[in-house]
Amino acid sequence: MKEWRELSSSKINDDLLKFPLHTPMWFWYALAGLGLVVGAGFLAFAIMIGGGLQFLGYNNQTMWAVLITNFVFWIGISHAGVMISAILRLTQAEWRRPVTRASEILTVFSLATAMLMPIIHSGRPWRTLYWEFPFDFSRGIFMDIRSALVWDPSAIFTYLLSSVMFVYVALVPDLAVARDRSSGIARYLYAILAMGFQGTKRQWRLQAIAGILLSALILPVFVSVHSIVSWDFAMALVPGWHSTVFPPYFVIGAVHSGVSAVATLMAILRWIFHLDDYLTDDHFDALGRLLVVVSTTWLYFFGMDFYYGLFARDEMELGIWSLRLFTPPYNTLFPIFLLAGYLIPVPLWLIRGVRRNVKAMFFTSLLVNVGMWIERYMLIVPPLSNKQAFPFDWVTVYQPQPIEWVLVVFTFGVVSTGILVFAKLFPIIPLFDIKEGQNLRRVIQVGRRTVPGVVRE
Amino acid sequence: MAISGAQAILGLFQEPEQVAQALDALRAAGFASRDLKTLTDSPYPEGAFGEEPEKHRLFVFPFIGAACGIALGLLITIGTQLAYPIVTGGKPLLSIPPMINVMYEGTMLGAIMFTVAGIIFESRLPYLTGTPYDPRISEGYLGVLVTRASGRLPEAERALRDAGAVDIVTK
Repeated sequence: MKEWRELSSSKINDDLLKFPLHTPMWFWYALAGLGLVVGAGFLAFAIMIGGGLQFLGYNNQTMWAVLITNFVFWIGISHAGVMISAILRLTQAEWRRPVTRASEILTVFSLATAMLMPIIHSGRPWRTLYWEFPFDFSRGIFMDIRSALVWDPSAIFTYLLSSVMFVYVALVPDLAVARDRSSGIARYLYAILAMGFQGTKRQWRLQAIAGILLSALILPVFVSVHSIVSWDFAMALVPGWHSTVFPPYFVIGAVHSGVSAVATLMAILRWIFHLDDYLTDDHFDALGRLLVVVSTTWLYFFGMDFYYGLFARDEMELGIWSLRLFTPPYNTLFPIFLLAGYLIPVPLWLIRGVRRNVKAMFFTSLLVNVGMWIERYMLIVPPLSNKQAFPFDWVTVYQPQPIEWVLVVFTFGVVSTGILVFAKLFPIIPLFDIKEGQNLRRVIQVGRRTVPGVVRE
Repeated sequence: MAISGAQAILGLFQEPEQVAQALDALRAAGFASRDLKTLTDSPYPEGAFGEEPEKHRLFVFPFIGAACGIALGLLITIGTQLAYPIVTGGKPLLSIPPMINVMYEGTMLGAIMFTVAGIIFESRLPYLTGTPYDPRISEGYLGVLVTRASGRLPEAERALRDAGAVDIVTK
C-alpha cells in the first residue's frame, strides 16, 4: 500500500463510529425504500403461497429456474467474506484491514438470503421441515441422508453459523470502543455484547490467534459449501448437470462473483460514509488485481465445462450447448454473460488507471455480477429445457414470470437492508484492525525515497 | 483520585515507551508480573512493552470440538439410516460417501464452535471483576493496571507517575 495517512485513535473512532452512534436523516429514507422492496417481495411470496407455483413460469421439465438461480448466485456472493477475510488474514496481506468486516457481513446476509430461496421455491415452505429436519413427524420417517438436498443445508448451516461467530469474535474489541463512546441504553447493550473486554495483552493475543485459527478452519468449509451446492446439480442424472467439473467450477465462480461484490460494496461504503482515508485507491487496485487472477481461473473452468460437453459427443450434451448458443432466448443471454462476466471487465482491470478509479471499479464489478447471475441461469435452465426423448415432455420455453422478477429484486433488498442495519448498529470497518495497521506502519527512508514500512509478527 | 482502600490501580500513558518503563519500575519494586496488565485499544507486537508472552491452551479446543462434531455426524448419519432402512439395489444399508459429507460438516462446525468458546474462555470473558478501567483507553491512551496492590498503592502510584502517567485511576 502506497497511500497512507497517519490517523489518531480518536480520529479513527470519530470517523468509523459516526454512523453507528449518530443517525442521519438519509438512513430512515434508505430504510423505508428498502423496506418497500422487501415488502413487495413478501407480497409476491404471499401471492405465490396463496395461488401455488402456477404463478411461476415452471413447466413439466423446467422446475428449477430463477429462484434456484438466486440461491446459487447468493451462495456465490457469500464466498466473498472468506476469500477476502480468511485468505488475506492468513497471508497477512496489509490491505485486508478495512475490507474484512464488510465482506464477512456480505457473507452472512447473502447466505441467509440464499437459504430463503429453496424454501420459497418449494411453494409450501412449512413442508421443507419434512425434508431437512432429521425427523418427519407427520409420516414418522427420518430424512434420507443419501440425498444431496440433505448435504446442502448441513453445509450451508455450518457456513452460516461459522460466519456469524467469525464476525462476532472480531467485533468484540470494537463493541468495547462503542461501549466507551455511547450512553444510555446503547451503552448498556454494547457493554453486554462486549462482555467486559478491556484490551489486555492476553485478550489481544487471543484475538490475533482467533483471526488466524478461525480463518484456517473456515476455509475448508468455504470450499465444501459451494462444492456441495454444485452437487445439488452434479449428483442428478440430468445431462448438462452431471459433471465432475462442477465443484471447482462453482467454487471459483463463487469467488469471482463474491470478490466483485466486495468491490461494489466497498465503492458504495466509501461514497456514503466518506471513507476515503480508509478505503483508498490502493485497495481498489489490489481488488482489481485479485479479480484478474480469479476471473481468468473461472474462465478456464468455464472452458473445461464447454470442452467436455462437446468432446463427449453425447447427443443430449450437444443439444444443451446448441440451446445455449443458437436458440432464443439463450443465444442472446450467452454473449451478454460472457461479455459482462469476463470480456469487458477483465481487459479494463489490466489498466492501472481503471483499477484505481472507484467509479470504474464499481461499474465493472457490478457488470460481473450481472454476468454471473446470467451464468447461473444458463447453467440451470437450458439443461432442463432441452428437448426430451418423448413428445409428451416437449414443452414451451420457460419464461420467468413477474413474481419471479420481484423475488429477484427482493433478494437484493434483503441483503442491502441487512448490511445497512448492521452498519447502523456496529462499525462496518474494524476499528482495532485499522489502529493496529497504524501502530505497525511507520515511514522509513530508503535512499531518497520515503516509503511505508510494515512490521509483521 | 483518592486511593485509600483500593485494591487495584490504573495508570494512563500516551507513549508505548512510557508503558515499558512503568512495567520495569513496577517489577523492580517487587510487583509480580501476573499482577501487571497493559490495556490498549489495539494490538501491539508481542514484547512491545517488555512483557512476558501470555500462555494459553486455545489449540486444544478445536480438537475437542472436532471430535464432538464427528461423533455427532456419525450418530446422525448412522442413526437415521438404521432407523428408517431403505435398501437400494441390494447394496449395504450404510452409504459411506454421504456419511462423509455430513460428518465433515459436523466436524468443522464442532471445531469452529469450540474454538470460539475457547477464545472467549481463554480471553477471560465475560470479565465482570470491577478492576479500574478508563474509557480514554479506547481513545488511544495506554493503561498499566496493577492488581492485588492493596497496601502498596502509594508505591505503585509513584512508579506509574515517575514513568510519565498522565492520570491515575483506582477502584
